[in-house]
Amino acid sequence: MNSSNIKMDPVTLAVLKGRFEQIADEMDATLFRAAFNPIIAEAHDASHGLYDAYSGDTLVQGDSGLPVFVGAMSFSVKAVIKKLKILNEDPVNGDVWIFNDPYDGGTHLSDFRLVKPIFFKGKIFCYLASVGHWHDVGGNVPGNYNPVATECFQEGILIPPVKLFEEGKLKEDIVNILLANSRLPNSLYGDLNGQINALELGENRLHSLIDEYGYDVCLFGLDTLKKRAEIMMRNQISKLPNGTFSAEDYLDNDGITDVALKISLDLTIMGDEMTLDFRRSSKACAGPVNISYATTIAACYVALKHLFEDVPANAGVLMPITFKIDEDSLLSVKAPKPVGGYTETILRLIDVVFLAMAEISSEKSMACAYGTINALSLSGYRSNGLRWVMFSFFGGGHGAHYRGDGLNHGNAPISTATIPPLEILEAAYPIRFKSWALRQDSGGAGEFRGGLGAIYEIELLEDEATVSLFGERGKFPPRGINGGKAALTNKFTFQQSEGDCKLPLISKGVGVILKHGQTVKLETPGGGGYGNPLKRQIDEVCKDLDSGYVSIEMAKDVYGVITDEKGNVNETGTKKYRLEQSLNEKA
Amino acid sequence: MKKPNFLVGVDVGGTFTDVFVFDVSQGTFSITKVPSTVKDQSEGFIEGVSKIVTDFSEVSKIVHGSTVGTNALLEKRGAKTGIITTEGFADILEMRRRDRPRTWGLKGEFVPVVDRKFRREVSERVLANGDVLEPVNIEDLNTQVESLIESGLESVCLFFVNSYANEANEKVAAEHIRRMWPNKFVSVSTEILPEMREFERLSTTVLNAYLQPVVSSYLDKLTRRLILKGYDDEILIVQSNGGTMSLDIAKLYPVRTALSGPAAGVMAGRSIGLAAGFKNIITCDMGGTSFDVSLINEGKVSLTSQTSIDFGMVIRTPMIEVTTIGAGGGSIASLDASGLLQVGPESAGSDPGPVCYGFGNTQPTVTDANLVLGLINRERPIGGKLNSLDLPKARAAIKESISDKLNLSVEEGAEAILRVANARMAGAIRLVSIEKGYDPNKFSAMPFGGGGALHTGALIKEVGLSSAIVPRFPGVTSALGCVVSDLLYDRVQTVNKALGDLDFKLLAKQIRLTRTELEKLIRGSKTDISEIDCFYEFDGLYTGQTHTVVVPVKVDNESFDEHAVQKAFDKAYLESYGRLLKNIPIRIINYRVIVIGRRSSFDMGLFVPKDGKVASQCVLENREIYSHGKFWQVKVYDRLALAVGEKVVGPAILEQLDTTIFIDPDLVARVDGYGNLIITNINLTNALEETQ
Repeated sequence: MNSSNIKMDPVTLAVLKGRFEQIADEMDATLFRAAFNPIIAEAHDASHGLYDAYSGDTLVQGDSGLPVFVGAMSFSVKAVIKKLKILNEDPVNGDVWIFNDPYDGGTHLSDFRLVKPIFFKGKIFCYLASVGHWHDVGGNVPGNYNPVATECFQEGILIPPVKLFEEGKLKEDIVNILLANSRLPNSLYGDLNGQINALELGENRLHSLIDEYGYDVCLFGLDTLKKRAEIMMRNQISKLPNGTFSAEDYLDNDGITDVALKISLDLTIMGDEMTLDFRRSSKACAGPVNISYATTIAACYVALKHLFEDVPANAGVLMPITFKIDEDSLLSVKAPKPVGGYTETILRLIDVVFLAMAEISSEKSMACAYGTINALSLSGYRSNGLRWVMFSFFGGGHGAHYRGDGLNHGNAPISTATIPPLEILEAAYPIRFKSWALRQDSGGAGEFRGGLGAIYEIELLEDEATVSLFGERGKFPPRGINGGKAALTNKFTFQQSEGDCKLPLISKGVGVILKHGQTVKLETPGGGGYGNPLKRQIDEVCKDLDSGYVSIEMAKDVYGVITDEKGNVNETGTKKYRLEQSLNEKA
Repeated sequence: MKKPNFLVGVDVGGTFTDVFVFDVSQGTFSITKVPSTVKDQSEGFIEGVSKIVTDFSEVSKIVHGSTVGTNALLEKRGAKTGIITTEGFADILEMRRRDRPRTWGLKGEFVPVVDRKFRREVSERVLANGDVLEPVNIEDLNTQVESLIESGLESVCLFFVNSYANEANEKVAAEHIRRMWPNKFVSVSTEILPEMREFERLSTTVLNAYLQPVVSSYLDKLTRRLILKGYDDEILIVQSNGGTMSLDIAKLYPVRTALSGPAAGVMAGRSIGLAAGFKNIITCDMGGTSFDVSLINEGKVSLTSQTSIDFGMVIRTPMIEVTTIGAGGGSIASLDASGLLQVGPESAGSDPGPVCYGFGNTQPTVTDANLVLGLINRERPIGGKLNSLDLPKARAAIKESISDKLNLSVEEGAEAILRVANARMAGAIRLVSIEKGYDPNKFSAMPFGGGGALHTGALIKEVGLSSAIVPRFPGVTSALGCVVSDLLYDRVQTVNKALGDLDFKLLAKQIRLTRTELEKLIRGSKTDISEIDCFYEFDGLYTGQTHTVVVPVKVDNESFDEHAVQKAFDKAYLESYGRLLKNIPIRIINYRVIVIGRRSSFDMGLFVPKDGKVASQCVLENREIYSHGKFWQVKVYDRLALAVGEKVVGPAILEQLDTTIFIDPDLVARVDGYGNLIITNINLTNALEETQ
């Protein structure tokens, strides 16, 4: 395109920006409403956007979709462009590509992508893409979070980029293959239809926008927005001091052997450029906590967008950033290494970025959030022989920051997912919750306290069920910053005839058999604290005591606040005790 | 002369109390506006009405749109409230649906309206299928309730898990609490919302309890003041769904008044539109910080089932769907780090307000841009707080923050601000129209509030709306809305069964019973009701989905069966999504019964201007304005003086006490038979006239 002779005033650009964003948002909304499985409909584990027709770069992304997809989707479109190149074909109007290959533009097998080239009067304008987390795509474990997988073949069906529509005609064969490979074909069919609806709607909206403003103006607008995103990001980076800042954190294990895995980051600021060097991290592992290179980039993008809220969701943001990741790293794996638990690894990656940023400036960063998705599945057969699968993710606390406490019971930084209502879960599955509550003392102590995690206890009402859990933070708690303390670790217990039991690998396990009346109990981590807990305002500690967020023991031992049994503060005693404690600290 | 018989509508907003008085005996009306009395809104209420009515015994009906509830929620000034709930679930209110306030940043916070120490558990349990696993432990209940009373709480919310499926335990506990609680402020979840989804039901019930003492005490004060004035008839309160309810019911369900004011405005918009022959309307209410739009399709207002007053403050009751964006007169214009112009959502509000108010704000706002362009009269600011506006300050702010940086003249900078602001408002209109599948070409914009009519022209062009209709008195639209609203009661009940498993006879019986109860409420009113209408809806979905579609059904006839409901579902689903799903059974989640008591219709002919003048005699002054990239000399007209049928060709400005209307260069305005101003595209108008 010859764009040099197009002049665009900043006002038209601002108007176009709003219109593009609205199209992506509306695609999100369409899928959320039409989707079958609660992971999309309620938890919003899906995303939509507009991508460059030649490079596949993200141009505009919906605001309501899953944050981690914002960075990942561009790799999906790139995968289709690459495939076309290999086939030596041009994109065709009316084609829609579908795939979930995690090593080629995907994340994990549950995430199915639909990619559609958009044409206007015979000329390609951009790609639209839709991604959604399907309920079940085969594999060894219902819901596809298989914590003991050693190859992706145990995690589900893998579909490389293939055409779902050819020149506007649906290829029923492809749909039939997909349906035959799911434990929940109705759900899959509903979600697939929702994604098709979203793409159709996006195409219609784009056509009327191009009709109004013209092809060249719209394309030029997109290009300019990308350049502006880059300028904004460079502007943010250049405000930071030059130097290298390091942080590391660990995953409990890979689900196969109980060995911790390290994620290390050396973050270098040089002028208006940033290097994220992950080469000191662990090598690829046998279990499913590996992630692909594309997923690593996407996760870094999420972390940066949390730190620099104002930068737009657009590929320009990544222009001033260099990534250094070894080929054999667990952050850059290739087929068939399992990647099903990608959420856990990217959460840790985000923690490491926050921790490195806290080394630059604790005010610019925040303490770690609870850091595990806790994919819990209970499944079995009802007395009438029907199969049931309850699969859900659980919440925890957010990290504290320089202006305040962390949020109690929030969603993971990589998502905007809400949790399904317990009344819906109880109506749909033969279980009941005995507890759905905040977890005392789980937030990391600090001048500002980390948000609290939760306690969920579930009792089985049928004869028998099989339980699997894919979690993390069982050994390494979410950390605080600037002297703030760590939160409590993740804890999972289940009742057996011999009493309460734990999983051998703490946060990961499959095949636990639960009998009628027995329960499983998940106690999730809070967020890390910010600043020295001895500096927390005494009346804030009292409020925490009053509300039971913090126990009397914790108030004394960590916050240095002494109370009687009724919770009344002994002020002089507290002041003296706090002084003594701070002296001990310095020694 | 006949004895006056007044019908009074009063809308109390944050800044002004608007009063609309219709004298039924004379067929005349009066309006007035007084400052709202923040501490006790009933003072301003009485003052406003007294300006028109001297003898309150001549008032036959008072209908009231109130923001007491809205403000208490927004400012978190509700009552000290406690919760009694099922063992294991005291934290549901605080845990929400595990969300966060903003997608990016992770620095959000949430403070629930009930402290954790006042959320008490008792042992009891109902399962999802309705089985009572464990009855209420009365000893537990006594201890907890006594302790809450001792703590000095004013109200209490009772919420048990799964009570929507079987209200037995909640009923027992409710009777017990009501015997113990020192006042009437006991809100019970199945009485407020017997619908599945614990957080939404609890949040709605808690907010009801949180509002009850505040709203009740206000309504009691109002009642007393009115009785002292000599009025002892019924007072009707506008609900968030646009219908009215009796004052006694409002005291029981104050949460239903959360959006009372905006709802009244939309109801007025509907009536004004229908009278003038416009069935498809998008109401646009522009205030200082926000722009509220709502869509009326074929004379029907859009309803939504749920809203969030603030993060985590969810109310689930049927209400008029009002989409709000942060764009108003006080919205601040700035350049982002990459130099892109932005307007809002940051706002200077009304204090310190726009730069031109001179109260210390230096960042230019939309109002400053309108002033610099000459669209607002600097000598006669709306609102009456100020005597004049500071034009030089406004110019300097726009020059410094916008124009110099973008290399534009001051006027160009000001116009750029308006373009971006208009684009955002246009986005809000698209959200309620195009995004919901409505063709904007078939809709007219109806601006009300102080600033809306300045932007209407740009909006109809930008979105492609067919026209705009500016009511004769845009400033008191909500007060008028009170007078035109029907009585309306609705009730929901969760069913949650597969269509095939429904007992249609039993269901029809239950639904009719609900209808009878609601009808009784309406017949109990002293209001003249011309007829009673009844509607039934199911919330249905394909088994496995979680989002429902609203399915209108007929229950009264013989053919209420599986086949009929399936057919109705297919129709509703097809309209929403464009395709049906093969071979997947449907479920019915809820039924809803809506009973409307129609009040005698209100004649909008009342607004027909009398003794109007030709346009040339209505010119107040000539003024230089800047629009569409150039300066124009335009006439400023006295809007209310214009006779029916008069035409004003843009560019032109029309002024009245509470509104300024700008007619864009390629638009034309005409006074219709009801005194409304109809603004259309000039070419379109010419073409139409030529063909006639």
